Amino acid sequence: MGLKQKTADLKKRMREAVKGGGSKAIEKQKAIGKKTARERIIAILDRKSFHEYDMFVKHAGKDFDMDKKFLPGDGVITGTGTMSGHPVCIYAQDFTVAGGSLGWAHAKKITKIMDHALKLKVPLIGINDSGGARIQEGVNALAGYGEIFYRNTKASGVIPQISVILGPCAGGAVYSPALTDFVFMVDNVSKMFITGPEVIKTVLGEEISMEELGGAKVHSEITGNAHFYAESEEECFYQIKQLISFIPWNNEKKAETFPKKPPKTRQFNIDDIMPADPRQPYDVRKVIKSICDDSEFFEVQELFAANIVIGFGRIAGQTIGFVANQPLVLAGVLDVDSSDKAARFIRYCDAFNVPLVTLVDLPGYLPGIDQEHAGVIRHGAKILYAYSEATVPKITVIIRKAYGGGYIAMCSHHLRADFVCAWPTAEIAVMGPEGAANIIFRNEIKNAENPDEMRKQKVKEYKNKFANPYVAAAYGYIDAVVEPRETRSFIVHALEVSEQKDETGPKKKHGIPPV
Amino acid sequence: MEAAKEINTKMKKPSYKSLLVENIKYRTLLTKKYKEKKAYAPKDIKKITAFIPGTIKKIYVEKGEKVKEGDKLLVFEAMKMKNVIISPMDGTIKQVNVKVGERVTKNDILIEFN
Repeated sequence: MGLKQKTADLKKRMREAVKGGGSKAIEKQKAIGKKTARERIIAILDRKSFHEYDMFVKHAGKDFDMDKKFLPGDGVITGTGTMSGHPVCIYAQDFTVAGGSLGWAHAKKITKIMDHALKLKVPLIGINDSGGARIQEGVNALAGYGEIFYRNTKASGVIPQISVILGPCAGGAVYSPALTDFVFMVDNVSKMFITGPEVIKTVLGEEISMEELGGAKVHSEITGNAHFYAESEEECFYQIKQLISFIPWNNEKKAETFPKKPPKTRQFNIDDIMPADPRQPYDVRKVIKSICDDSEFFEVQELFAANIVIGFGRIAGQTIGFVANQPLVLAGVLDVDSSDKAARFIRYCDAFNVPLVTLVDLPGYLPGIDQEHAGVIRHGAKILYAYSEATVPKITVIIRKAYGGGYIAMCSHHLRADFVCAWPTAEIAVMGPEGAANIIFRNEIKNAENPDEMRKQKVKEYKNKFANPYVAAAYGYIDAVVEPRETRSFIVHALEVSEQKDETGPKKKHGIPPV
Repeated sequence: MEAAKEINTKMKKPSYKSLLVENIKYRTLLTKKYKEKKAYAPKDIKKITAFIPGTIKKIYVEKGEKVKEGDKLLVFEAMKMKNVIISPMDGTIKQVNVKVGERVTKNDILIEFN
């Protein structure tokens, strides 16, 4: 065979491989609004940048006549490419080939690209669309999952790991996304659960649809397993591209800087957003937008535990991780879910050199038997741990209420915030005036001729004396009291002077956070 | 993005509720999870409930029968395990709410004491 013939032979082999599970299977995939694995990769990466690896890998099944079957690429497509010109490693499970089931060779392709990503120190994007373990390959399929989980853990905090759920992801398979940094899901397309509706029905007699059990909405709003919710695959790919623009390529780099832009102050006027009465709601995201470049804020876990807001924005071109209490929802309290949400985000930012800006306005922790029994003690402790542990620049702006334990938890100086400023509207106190007056003046109120009058008077007295930023300022617990419109320049300056921040703690293998 | 739109439209006509934290009433929106939380009910020792959905395999007692703490009440199969449910106290059976072979869901009351 000459070169021409050999090249023709190669092309023929490639054509065979690219067919995947064949036209019928592809039709079926498209009928339910899903793209094929290769289409997905191409949609995410820069044009013509995808280079596929291991196209000719053969599956390893020997039993149950599997050796007679040909499974192109063994149901997974792997390779490298670029996003906005930067390299990434990527894999996509191909549901059209044996239902995207995971066998030994399939897993080997994934672990090879994972090792590659870790060695090259580039982000890893995994697109999940698989029926689960290939049962015919038995314990080898389990070994495959285990090898993937181990690598997810080793790569955690070193390279960004992104999971995109675009189909079923059930049983053990869910633990790879769970170990990664960000999980993307699409309504009606993504499904994640440990045990499916059928097993639940036969074992427990409870009936539920796949979508209600583990669809995108459920994981975005109720469980918090997903970080991004989209209504179509196109929207999901757009979200991935946006996220990628905000995060650094690995833990030794900083995120790419962009040209600085002023906030859109006409649309988001910082002086007009917040009611001075601490009992009135407002949307704290408007405050974030009034501070960051071009008023562009990319929210993470928007629907889950909405009483705390987390996400990325830029200040003077630099990526910032924002954490803010949201008075619009549940008065902005800390509870089990919001503590989990914030703590993980803080640890992400710390691992990837993203400075943290915390906006504080909370009445404290959510009271209730359900919260206590759900372990609000150990969950709430995660925020304290995450902030104390973080060594990236930490800037805190107390905009209104900062009462009690909530004040301490929201990156106070005591947890080693580098810069803490407060607005003149700040109330930094051991608790809200009503609660405090009731305890301190209990006897005066009880013995008064008109207890209600006396209570009102005592609350007023307490408010006048303590509901302000100046008591804390007198002790040096805040560095400055600034006008709202000075907030951005305060943060810009804080970032400038903390450029060389290099903090190291005592030597240890790792801490023991209240996971 | 779509989700954000949804929230924005919701915010045009927000249905604010009040939330009490340390004697202060805050005007705010509530989450779905918060609204759907169940009120706490203290455990009633006189009611034997199913701790998991399953099937009743055997019943050892009947109405009016006197039992001692530790006596077998019934066998309840769930997750392929046969669980022998024993009496948590000395007492008289007020009522047996299930039959052998019956499937029960979580928190169903199986047996009540006087």
